[in-house]
Amino acid sequence: MRPSGQAPRTGRRDLSGAVAALEFYDVARRFPVPGGGTYAALEGVSFAVARGEFLAIVGPTGGGKSTLLNLAAGLLRPSAGQVLAFGAPVDGVNRRAAYLFQQDVLLPWKTALENVMLGPLLHRQPRREAQEHAMRWLARVGLAGFENRYPHQLSGGMRKRVALAQSLIVGPEILLMDEPFSALDVQTRALMENDLLRLWQEDRKTVVFVTHDLDEAIALADRVLVLSAGPGARVLGSHPVALPRPRDVTEIRLHPAFVEVYREIWAQLRGEVLRAYAARAPTEGSAAP
Amino acid sequence: MTAGRFRLLPYQAGVLVALVAAWQVTAQRRWLDPFFFSMPSAIAARIVQWFGSGSIYRHLWTTALETVLAFLAGAALGVAFGFAFARSPALSGIFDPYLKIANALPRVVLAPIFTLWFGLGVLSKVAFGVTLVFFIVFFNTYQGIREVDRNLLDNTRMLGATERDLVRHVLFPSALVWILSSLHTSVGLALVGAVVGEYLGSGRGLGYVIAQAEGTFDTTGVFAGMTVLAIFTLAVDLAVTLIERRLLAWKQGAAEQT
Repeated sequence: MRPSGQAPRTGRRDLSGAVAALEFYDVARRFPVPGGGTYAALEGVSFAVARGEFLAIVGPTGGGKSTLLNLAAGLLRPSAGQVLAFGAPVDGVNRRAAYLFQQDVLLPWKTALENVMLGPLLHRQPRREAQEHAMRWLARVGLAGFENRYPHQLSGGMRKRVALAQSLIVGPEILLMDEPFSALDVQTRALMENDLLRLWQEDRKTVVFVTHDLDEAIALADRVLVLSAGPGARVLGSHPVALPRPRDVTEIRLHPAFVEVYREIWAQLRGEVLRAYAARAPTEGSAAP
Repeated sequence: MTAGRFRLLPYQAGVLVALVAAWQVTAQRRWLDPFFFSMPSAIAARIVQWFGSGSIYRHLWTTALETVLAFLAGAALGVAFGFAFARSPALSGIFDPYLKIANALPRVVLAPIFTLWFGLGVLSKVAFGVTLVFFIVFFNTYQGIREVDRNLLDNTRMLGATERDLVRHVLFPSALVWILSSLHTSVGLALVGAVVGEYLGSGRGLGYVIAQAEGTFDTTGVFAGMTVLAIFTLAVDLAVTLIERRLLAWKQGAAEQT
């Protein structure tokens, strides 16, 4: 047991006694709206991610999925509730996590190698060492020989690989991914997903993968969390994905269990997607303020 | 683009030759009074004489020195203030109206004051050039820092950057793109500051040469000074282009892709 003087901040333990990698307790996040009032992106969100778990979060577009990741990354503070990483409250940037953004975030004035080296250099690694380290990571994501290219000289898929190497090189314990492959074409995307699974299989980091694509979520994850439509998005359900690993994302879609899980989650997600769509469609007459 | 430029070269040279020839002929036949208009052959002879005797070099050197110093000082101040203002909303809020007023003021009226304060030498021209360069660099730095993609900052923070690291790896390079994009304008203004300052009161420099010639109704001297100044300006502009190309190597061809 914990010493009694300690506030009940440290997270719950799972059956094996390990503290979860990430925990949300009744988390809300509201944003001020220009012209007064607030918009609640998330309201009463609670869930935990076990160590080494690959969790996918699906939900309608604009449903607060990115907000949720920003809270886990420590880039945003919750308006209410608590976010814990390995039992400790996230205060400021979450140094145990890496974040793969949806947008291109490589520094355009640095080459692929310099971009990947950035993390080690910021962690005060000697330049030589950082460079060797970065070369190895570029080779690992299949970009040996492209070290001296600037981001604009690389294809979208290559830039994502560089970004992946840039995030993973700092050895994060949690990898947060915000629709990282949504801008890629279907083939490149499948390749990237398989590469991600291969890299994940090697050291089983905790992954939180946000997407609006249910196919992608099921193909990659151990568990799929369904988020409701905003405003005030909350967790609607949690669906374990009992599919064998290692997986190939294109083949796993034909597995009978895949279809079953898909049906189960879609039944829950469908209503939310329609609700999100209705909220966006222009309405005649006076709507509720 | 390069091919197109060279294709037009004969025509461009043709225009120059035609104009100079027309000027020469009309002046020689006294259709134009050479006292007021001089003539190309006299101007060329004057320039050759200046460079032959070497008398022009100290003027060129003075103008070049003033230009470089005005640019460096103005750019350093502009970058420093631009950074400070972009990072501190309070600072920019308080000083915004004063900057607007200072920028709206026609800077030429400051030249006599600077001559009084700093004398007839290099310093007053540098001070005058600084007032011209500062605002260009300041506004571009300010803009460059305000326009930095938030995701770039967040990503670099997630990789372990401190605020100082952000300045070095993200904010400064981002502002540099803007500063360099205005490099031609700011270096040009530094030169304008030097020449105008010299013209209004000095003992040496290209502006002084032109002012002296004008004072003695020596139109040939005025035109010769203008020609040397124009060639000098082109040389400075070319140097800027080369520096720009070097510093923005990562951007080469960025426009064609994506």
